[in-house]
Amino acid sequence: MGGFFGSVNQGNAAEWLGILPEILLMVWGMVVLAADLIGGRKVSRRALGITSALGMVVILVIAIIARPAEPQNVLGGMIRNDAFTLVFRVIFIVAGALTCLVSIDFRPLRAGGEYFSIVIFATLAMCLMAGANDLIMLYLATETASFSLYLLAGFMRGNKLSAEAGVKYFVFGAVTSTIMLFGLSLFFGLGGGNTSYQAVAQAVSNPDLRVPVTFAALLVLVGFAFKTSAVPFHFWAPDVYQGAPTPVSGFISTASKAAGFAILLRFMFYVVAPGQSEVGIALASLMQPLAILTMVIGGFLALVQQNVKRMLAYSSVAQAGYILIGVTALAANPSDPANALAAIIFYIATYMLTNICAFAALGMVEQRNGGSDYAHFNGLSRRAPYLALGMTAAVLSLLGAPPLVGFVAKLVIFRVAISVNLIGLVVIAVIMVLVSVVYYLNVVRAMYVEKSDTDNEPFYVPAPTGVALLLTSVAIVALTAVSPPFWNLAVEAAQSFLPRL
Amino acid sequence: MLNFPILTLIMVAPVIGAVIILLIPKERDDAIKTVAAMASLTSLLLSVAVFFGYDRLAGGFQFQEDVAWIPQYGIGYHVGVDGFSAPQLVLTGVVTFAAVLVSWKMTDRPREYFAFLLVLVAGVFGSFIALDMFLLLIFYEMVLFPVYVLIAGWGSKRREYAAMKLTIYLFVGSLVSIIGLLALYFQAGGSFDFFDLQAGIAALPNSIEIQRLWFLPVFVGFGVLASLWPLHNWSPDGYAAAPTAVSMLHGGVLKATGAYCALRVGVQLMPEGAKFWMPLVVFFCMAGLLYAALIAFRQTDLKYIIGFSSVSHLGLVLLGIAALNELGLNGAGLELFAGGVMTGLMFALVGMIYERAHIRDVRELNGMMRVMPLAAVGFVIGALTLMGMPGLPGFPAELQIFMGLWDAAQTPSVMFAGATNSWYGIVAIAAVLSIVINAAWTLRVAQRVYFSEPKDMALQKLPRLDALEKTAIVLMCGILIVVGLLPNTVMSVVQAGVQTIMRGINTAG
Repeated sequence: MGGFFGSVNQGNAAEWLGILPEILLMVWGMVVLAADLIGGRKVSRRALGITSALGMVVILVIAIIARPAEPQNVLGGMIRNDAFTLVFRVIFIVAGALTCLVSIDFRPLRAGGEYFSIVIFATLAMCLMAGANDLIMLYLATETASFSLYLLAGFMRGNKLSAEAGVKYFVFGAVTSTIMLFGLSLFFGLGGGNTSYQAVAQAVSNPDLRVPVTFAALLVLVGFAFKTSAVPFHFWAPDVYQGAPTPVSGFISTASKAAGFAILLRFMFYVVAPGQSEVGIALASLMQPLAILTMVIGGFLALVQQNVKRMLAYSSVAQAGYILIGVTALAANPSDPANALAAIIFYIATYMLTNICAFAALGMVEQRNGGSDYAHFNGLSRRAPYLALGMTAAVLSLLGAPPLVGFVAKLVIFRVAISVNLIGLVVIAVIMVLVSVVYYLNVVRAMYVEKSDTDNEPFYVPAPTGVALLLTSVAIVALTAVSPPFWNLAVEAAQSFLPRL
Repeated sequence: MLNFPILTLIMVAPVIGAVIILLIPKERDDAIKTVAAMASLTSLLLSVAVFFGYDRLAGGFQFQEDVAWIPQYGIGYHVGVDGFSAPQLVLTGVVTFAAVLVSWKMTDRPREYFAFLLVLVAGVFGSFIALDMFLLLIFYEMVLFPVYVLIAGWGSKRREYAAMKLTIYLFVGSLVSIIGLLALYFQAGGSFDFFDLQAGIAALPNSIEIQRLWFLPVFVGFGVLASLWPLHNWSPDGYAAAPTAVSMLHGGVLKATGAYCALRVGVQLMPEGAKFWMPLVVFFCMAGLLYAALIAFRQTDLKYIIGFSSVSHLGLVLLGIAALNELGLNGAGLELFAGGVMTGLMFALVGMIYERAHIRDVRELNGMMRVMPLAAVGFVIGALTLMGMPGLPGFPAELQIFMGLWDAAQTPSVMFAGATNSWYGIVAIAAVLSIVINAAWTLRVAQRVYFSEPKDMALQKLPRLDALEKTAIVLMCGILIVVGLLPNTVMSVVQAGVQTIMRGINTAG
């Protein structure tokens, strides 16, 4: 721990630059909160939301400009500031900004300064999760993010379902985080009292420790599985997504899931080194059944839902399964690790855009038509043609239909899996994609085929939500054509992550 | 001209049209339709320019554009046309333009309707020009979902059932092809580029086994879209339910992409596999032709009748491909073009009747000649094209297919070592018979619908054809007649392409 204070005292500017985006996010969150408190009624909630989002975009630009040329460990090694961290920061901040925009006109939410500042703090905590290179930082960051999300999930105070979602999320989250904390404490002990990933990794690589280390790793995995909503720790997802305010569901299903994968990847590869130690092999062998269970159970449960919000919840479980295919490929045989990791990052980033788009459209339908069942989408193509198009693009991209970006993402994931001979896994994934045709197309069918009594009533989409929908749906359509720079960024992130292997 | 990205423009024009249409307020019907017509006309004119600009003496692939896209994965934006695909671009342009003209009366959400239609068309153009197999798959799949929405959202009888059936058939078929292509891609050195892939597969140490293993999945996967028997079942149902323009495009053009991809990806990448499996394909084609001819007799729904005639037309194309010789492929290329225009024409004519009378049952229609004389002429020209009447392009096309098949009967069989494919001769005869039966039945339908004594006076009061509809009919009939009288305009281009294809097939193995 001495190193921590020592390095800070040296006052190295580069060290502080390494967490500049986080510092700015913290300041910005406080400014937004203060503006609401001090400004009172003079500051409209709408202006506050738009400013929050714009401020996050500015921070995003600063984060990209201030990125280090070489990967560096900052704050005494608590944070690793590399391109991997940067890419995830981009994902979280974009998701956060879009969530702010979408939340503004979600009436039942009555989003004010405290709401937007919690979104910003959650984003901040997720950025720290992506950079966490230390057991304590991992836990603190994860808990900060989780607590912000518990608050957001229960934010509609007058709504029973929302309150239930908040409590349910909290209870599940608290239990799994306790289990994870127990695992981390075991790592702390087995690691000879070190907290830094590198030092722990060195200590636990001792073959004599393999049984306790495996046990500890399994406990930690529980926490990760909860964050990524992997089966069998997915039970919270549908209820929380359904009860939480829809923009928050979008945020939890994308940014929080992405953060879960970020810590999973960092922990797995920095601490237990899959494929190289016996523990690593044991952990890697768990990934395949986890991926299969998550895809299959998520996919089939999505099939039987009557409610689009619950369908999207289970679909997000299934999507986590597809991402886990990439993790399996990466862990099974890291012969081509950069491409495998890049595929995972690419998938997560595109999934974030797609799912936020879907939840934004869903939120509008929920407000105007009073619910989120398939029936509430009936005839939407007549009432709100652009909204229907955006939703169509989103669900088809989730399905993986070309030329939308979801197709490219699925293809790169399948490709890395095939390149390490995980043919069976890909076959199951393809079958699940076929199953998903039915539940994704059902949304399209409701919008374009069914009719409703309210076909001719106007359907007003407020500007901020409209902007968020437009940006995400254009990205879904156009990203395929201009994917190479983004793909290169993902590869760069993967390479800066990997020298540790 | 060399650096002018004309092929890209052909493909992009409908996309731009779709984007503009989506920006037009939905009340402005005419503006939407005008943009759709302009976009498809642009593509048509550019396609014609490519068709006539194609250097027949040089042959091979021309107008190529090759830009690296995702080089790590060996994916590039590589497009080009050869003599086989150039006429199909014109076909797509003609049918699209005609389809836009005949759907001018669309009043239900025209903005979305035309936008989806144009995206579909962009996918079809893309499939014909793509020389990167990844790009090809993207375009190929890009077509599927607009078709689902168009049939389910704007179709008629049993549209949801038909749309879902069609989508699942074609999606599963395309997945099978994708798996085959990915397998080839991994084994042949990790490039999706057509030429690299072709060379990579040929250079594999166990090339022949690999080709024999993967040919059938790839060919049949694309063959589903070309309504290869017994996987054609989606086709008549789908066409019966689809709105007119979609039937025209799907029957006339989209199916052509299926046959085209089966040739380009299946036969050209895996000539050894093709030589091995072709007897099986020939058998399926023959079964399909006979089946379509027999089943058409039981049909009284006009759209089903045309649907089965399109199954026949594609069966002929696949037979020509299966002959694996120059004559057969020449015939297939011409048949693809002529049959495509023919199918588009017939579906347009049926649509004109149905949209006026809301009747498609042959038994309830009569005396339509007096209401729409031009349509009656068009219907007869279409039926005669299918029948192979001299003076219409069906004749040189079908003649060459049958002659090619007859020639192929002399070649030794790879599948049944020691024997020759002598039974191809019987197939050729059976195919001729089935086509004659089918076309005769279609002519009989024409007689009942158009030339019979008018009994139902309500039918006689139906509105006459308008100028746009007449333009569409004249355009498609005109092309059939011109190409029928001067088949060499198209034949010379097709031949130039086929010679290169044949060189690839003959040098293999």
